[in-house]
Amino acid sequence: MYRSLFPRDIFAELDRLQRDMSGVFDYSPSIRGFGRGGYPALNVGSTPTSVEIYAFAPGIDPAAVEINLDRGVLTIDGERKATLPAGDEKSTLHLNERFEGRFRRVVSLPDDIDPNAVSADYRDGVLHVSVKRRESAQPRRIEVR
Amino acid sequence: MNAVTPNTSSTAVREEGAQARQEPALLPPVDVVEDPTGITLYADLPGVPKDKLDLRVEGDQLNIEAELALPVPQGMTPSHAEVSRARYRRAFTLSKELDPEKVSAELSQGVLRVRIPKAEHAQPRKISVQVQ
Repeated sequence: MYRSLFPRDIFAELDRLQRDMSGVFDYSPSIRGFGRGGYPALNVGSTPTSVEIYAFAPGIDPAAVEINLDRGVLTIDGERKATLPAGDEKSTLHLNERFEGRFRRVVSLPDDIDPNAVSADYRDGVLHVSVKRRESAQPRRIEVR
Repeated sequence: MNAVTPNTSSTAVREEGAQARQEPALLPPVDVVEDPTGITLYADLPGVPKDKLDLRVEGDQLNIEAELALPVPQGMTPSHAEVSRARYRRAFTLSKELDPEKVSAELSQGVLRVRIPKAEHAQPRKISVQVQ
């Protein structure tokens, strides 16, 4: 496929810069680096009974994604296949910003999770992993007799 | 702000500068491929169901606007967010040889595919020279 010599114009570069900057200004550094801006993007939230991880991974085959939980570290591994027609002399690629290839993201989870209660589903391009907290760690109301 | 973008001859789809800014939105990454019969645009819109996608052609503008709809459990407090807005927006200016009447689109697993064919008269054809 033909690829232009200057695939990005200045406006596209400014957009990218803006995206990168927004990533820099609300960071929370951890031992695994900033870990931002990768594919898939991750959102993590917690409820009293579970930890919820959302991986924004559009256009992947969910069967080819591997999710592992090992000693409190959740790893999401997979591959995004190229969708663009390859080897076509008559087509021109004007913009190419979407990710393709192998990806891997790692999240460290809190100590009170239950490694046997993990569920995952894939919908509208978002991989949702829900990890339950251990029964004993959940808030309980103690009755006074 | 109306940015003046140099319209290079190699780019049939020109990206529009900031329009009247509404609420802030994420800029979805796109791939744009041109072949002899038209242009195909792919955009990553993870978390957008079909009914929250608003794709429209107004004049020579192709507007993509979409809303994230994630089913989130009650009482969840976010602790880390790389996707920090619930809206995607991006606009492109179509060039003259594209036919805005025949735009087709499909959304599957967070990937939007838009096909914009070239108008009949703009498609490559052989011109026969008549000798008087």
